[in-house]
Amino acid sequence: MSELLAAPEADLTLITPGEGELVADIIVVGGGNAALCAAITAAETGASVVLLERAPREYRGGNSRHTRNFRCAHAAPLGVLSGEYSEDEFYNDLLLVTKGNTDEALAKQVIANAPDCYEWMIRQGVLFQPSLSGTLSLSRTNAFFLGGGKALVNAYFQRCNDLGVKIMYEATALDIHIDNGRCDGVLVNHDGQQHYMRAKSVVIASGGFESNKQWLQEAWGDAAKNFLIRGTPYNRGEVLKRLLAHGADSIGDPTQCHAVAIDGRAPEYDGGIVTRLDCVPFSVVLNNKGERFYDEGEDVWPKRYAIWGRLVAKQPDQIAFAIIDEKSSKLFMPSVFPAIRCDTLAELIEQLGLPTDTTLASINEFNRACTDGEFQATELDGLATQGLTPAKTNWARPIDQPPYYGYSLKPGVTFTYLGVNVDNTARVTFDGVTADNLWAAGEIIAGNILGEGYLAGFGMTIGTAFGRIAGSEAAKYVNA
Amino acid sequence: MLTHNHEAVRQLTVCNSCRYCEGYCNAFKALTRYRSFDKPTVSHLANLCHNCRGCYYACQYTEPHEFAINIPALLADIRAQNWEQHIKPSGISKLFQAKLWPYLLMTVVFMVLFSFGAGVSWVSSEPFYSSISHSALVAIFLPLFLLPWIALLFGIRGYWKSVGGSRVAVSDIRNALGSAATMKNLSGGQGQGCNYEAAERYTHLRRWAHHATMYGFLMCFASTSVATIYHYIFSLPAPYALFSLPKLLGVVGGILLSCGTAALAVLKWKADTKLGSANRTNGEYAFVGLLFAVSTTGLLLYWASGTSFAAAWLIIHLSLIATFFISIPYSKMVHSLFRLAALCREAQIQRLASAG
Repeated sequence: MSELLAAPEADLTLITPGEGELVADIIVVGGGNAALCAAITAAETGASVVLLERAPREYRGGNSRHTRNFRCAHAAPLGVLSGEYSEDEFYNDLLLVTKGNTDEALAKQVIANAPDCYEWMIRQGVLFQPSLSGTLSLSRTNAFFLGGGKALVNAYFQRCNDLGVKIMYEATALDIHIDNGRCDGVLVNHDGQQHYMRAKSVVIASGGFESNKQWLQEAWGDAAKNFLIRGTPYNRGEVLKRLLAHGADSIGDPTQCHAVAIDGRAPEYDGGIVTRLDCVPFSVVLNNKGERFYDEGEDVWPKRYAIWGRLVAKQPDQIAFAIIDEKSSKLFMPSVFPAIRCDTLAELIEQLGLPTDTTLASINEFNRACTDGEFQATELDGLATQGLTPAKTNWARPIDQPPYYGYSLKPGVTFTYLGVNVDNTARVTFDGVTADNLWAAGEIIAGNILGEGYLAGFGMTIGTAFGRIAGSEAAKYVNA
Repeated sequence: MLTHNHEAVRQLTVCNSCRYCEGYCNAFKALTRYRSFDKPTVSHLANLCHNCRGCYYACQYTEPHEFAINIPALLADIRAQNWEQHIKPSGISKLFQAKLWPYLLMTVVFMVLFSFGAGVSWVSSEPFYSSISHSALVAIFLPLFLLPWIALLFGIRGYWKSVGGSRVAVSDIRNALGSAATMKNLSGGQGQGCNYEAAERYTHLRRWAHHATMYGFLMCFASTSVATIYHYIFSLPAPYALFSLPKLLGVVGGILLSCGTAALAVLKWKADTKLGSANRTNGEYAFVGLLFAVSTTGLLLYWASGTSFAAAWLIIHLSLIATFFISIPYSKMVHSLFRLAALCREAQIQRLASAG
């Protein structure tokens, strides 16, 4: 699939700066949340906008299709959001996950802008719903979209249609022409042909490069071949690569991606939310040699699922196996693929394709290391193993009650951190100098704010806040 | 045709791991109660579903995605299979759910019966019961009234047992009737409407069209009931004046029913057949068409009285009504009772859960 989606070689001879008609005032590259917010904001000022979506209509919306909520600060209950979530608390949460690796000014700008975004989203036809069952911990901080991210994307595309934005599907930007901080146009592959499209302003919101396995391999080597991509197969990073080649300042670690441990049977691309597996804290997790490699009970799962992506990526063949028994089988959200279920451990080990002796030895050793104590599924219960390396520090109960259940785990890549640097008006900088008429928003600039880690729903906040800023600044430039 | 369990379990398991659609309707709220989906659970969810299609257009896993989720179609199929299974004889149910011709054939048969059997002339401008005697009407219609109700009662009883329903509380019924009266499950969860015919957009058209149809039908039914009481208790035979209760209910109800069914048919035509019970589209058109024909010929009868078409219209109208009544348990009309049963069962489950 990955190869099928590779863009054709750019025909640079078609790029004729200054020549040919303008297709619109503004070209927006991308079709996800940030691109749509930029297109709507710009079109609302009366500017003409062309939006280039690389995916076909049915897959439109980039990774926003798979999102479900929007993190939002609020001083008092706001719509579906309960209680108070101060800007300071929001920023502290960000500092915790990024370990301080954030641009404070841009981060605070996004956070302060969030409540305004929330009201704006409602005006565009986005519907919110109270926190989903099983996500009550987020009801104060995150506003959930009714129907999820695709419903949000649908609302924005409709709004674009109503505003007269020209939407081109299956239109891949191959390159942009930039000279002395001025962007002249975009080379676009559409309908099997390459066209040079010019506009007065260009907004880049084309996402990261997480679906480009070749690129992932540059950082991860052959291991990347075994990675699953949780989102759209269309985020291949061509525009990002060209921007950097043209001298745009880069931001974010080029070797890092956000990866979580997901069900090993998930499709290679686009598995989305349902492929998550929440069983790890109650499991014994083994690599394909039948050995444990990390503390499964280090913390509650929402705080740990992200590190497990990388943990599994470092195991042989980038795969791991979680084994639980009957008493734990209903303690987590149902999985999309049924667990492999057997009446004996030996049978399960065989079905999972694990080496029998070492695996049985690992489980027996684990079982012997379990201690007596009170098990509490929903909090850190301190029920830890004794004398075991690595230890399991919470929820450690022997695996001894048939039937037994097994799941495979693989790394699922969510997004990449590498992007371009922008100033507080979303303009892209080249050697520290801001471009005249080139803006960027969404995942491609998220690395400015999320240097590492992730905060649920914050990608949508960054995308909405900076998408709107980019759209309004691009329109201001055109209308000036 | 989808086999009940395998495909249903596969799709509903994807939904249960996602739950983004929880806010759209009762069926999704109910779904999150379960960890696995046995046949009664699937039937219950299917009969709660109003085919609003909100979940389909919001779904990240619809085709061409390999998960190929299409909950509206899946549940529409299972719903219809439920009706066919519980309303005996199942063969007749299947025929009427899927095909158009049985309705046509039956209407023609009744037209012939009325013309020759009752010896009615097609060309007459005589007043109401001089074309067909009241006793002849009762003799023909009484069994038609009763037999379907027997099939219906047994069918609903079978369904109720199959989904594990227990003793109903008044509050369950009140709850179910409240839901049906407002078509709460076509509200989209927040009053924004449903996606039935407008794809990604929300509209209220189907809800309004259904309201017109349902209330129009109930008014026509009330009109007939009142007329029966007038006839037998007060010895006031038809025809009635315009400002009489039977006529007012009948005319207003008829107009609502006629417009509502026409609107439903147009919406169905606009909507994507892949999101419904694809093999039963003709049967669904036949049913909505029959209701339209019944109400429209009824209204025209009112305007035709006194003209030389009156008797012909009466024969057509009565043949359509006879067809309608005899097909009640076998046509899509059954959805109303199964739906009420499902809403009732859902209220019951929630009541029992909150009672601990």
